[in-house]
Amino acid sequence: MLKVDRIQVGIVLDHIRAGNGLRIFEELGLAGREYPVALLMNVPSTKMGRKDMIKVSGALDLDLTKLALLDAGITVNYIEGGQVVRKVKPGLPERVVGLIRCKNPRCITSTESYSPSIFILVDREEKRYKCFYCGEYVRV
Amino acid sequence: MIWEGKKAPTLEGRHFIDALDFSPAEYDALFSLAERIKSAPAEFSSACSGKVMATLFYEPSTRTRLSFEAAMLRLGGKVLTVADPRTSSVAKGESLADTIRTVGNYADLIVLRHPKEGAAKLAALYSPVPLINGGDGAREHPTQTLTDLFTIVTYKGRLENITVAFCGDLRYGRTVHSLIKALARYPGTRFILISPEELRLPDHVKEEVLALRKDVEFHETTRMEEGLEGADVLYMTRIQKERFFNEEDYLKLRDAYVLTSEKLKLAEEDLIVMHPLPRVTEISYEVDEDKRAVYFQQARLGMFVRMALIARLLGVA
Repeated sequence: MLKVDRIQVGIVLDHIRAGNGLRIFEELGLAGREYPVALLMNVPSTKMGRKDMIKVSGALDLDLTKLALLDAGITVNYIEGGQVVRKVKPGLPERVVGLIRCKNPRCITSTESYSPSIFILVDREEKRYKCFYCGEYVRV
Repeated sequence: MIWEGKKAPTLEGRHFIDALDFSPAEYDALFSLAERIKSAPAEFSSACSGKVMATLFYEPSTRTRLSFEAAMLRLGGKVLTVADPRTSSVAKGESLADTIRTVGNYADLIVLRHPKEGAAKLAALYSPVPLINGGDGAREHPTQTLTDLFTIVTYKGRLENITVAFCGDLRYGRTVHSLIKALARYPGTRFILISPEELRLPDHVKEEVLALRKDVEFHETTRMEEGLEGADVLYMTRIQKERFFNEEDYLKLRDAYVLTSEKLKLAEEDLIVMHPLPRVTEISYEVDEDKRAVYFQQARLGMFVRMALIARLLGVA
């Protein structure tokens, strides 16, 4: 099995559905970072069978607001002094920019393609968002 | 008035995109100003002197455009108009954002009508001057809501404890959606919804209304006669051809409800009949003679309340 060193300070994104790690890696913009980042794919897991993981060393300030939309099962582990100091199951963000496209053909975003897609959370339990522009509802 | 004794809420520099952008207190203050303008128009005839308003209409609407333009001209301001985008740079492929940013250099205020839903919200993100939504697709038409509320206040003297019957196209009728949401903020509102099954009020509008006030009553019916009983206001709407994808569906529903003098006998004596206009076949011409028919006065009141809105957004009254 591949071995990646324990990190001293940083973030470990665990329990990523196998095959979804690369998308999350890209959405978080990790490719352009200067600090060490490891993307592990198809790691054996007792709970999930296989899973993906991302280890980010030296950064605690990543914008993780989109995570719950990208993979509902993710666990975020914050590492300090080589130890997990906090485990978080990310919740749905109040506002999502750029990740969801509005499916309403009458929405202004269907023709003005430069417009940033913006969705506002309206029902956390039902995982429902509303298009900022046209008000169309979408379930994530 | 709710704000009586306090300073009137300022609307200067703000956009007006959604009927709920302004609070009931801000509406009250606007209606108060509209009433003053209606009573003494000469006092406001140069309120907007030196100001320019641009009207950008990406879909046809003579009525709304003329109402805005008349409002600005009566305030002593000037008007720039693009009534047909085929004659503008839009035809060359210019984006809405660029058009708005450019026009914002020439005008102190922009009125936008656009066939796409949410167009005004997008435009407001780029507009350097106050922007008024003159209607965006099937979504919002907030100045029609202002007109409607001002009409109800003028004729009924209140917006609380009102029973409003809406009749016709409740699915695509944006004036209906906006007015329902605005009225739901007042206590004691009751809605009677008269429409064919195909044109019922969308669930999302009901949900938004119930989020504003849980005790709002909805009574839905397909029978016009049933809906007329006990209503303070009958709000008729046109079945809009432009909202249908095929002509067959439109023709099937066009004549679903026609208000006649005979049917009006079922209604209260102090009912008022409103209509955002233009009317096609849904109100017989004989009804125009009934004192309860106020739709042409409604159009006039709309001009006064738009004058009040323009003056407030520009901070001149």
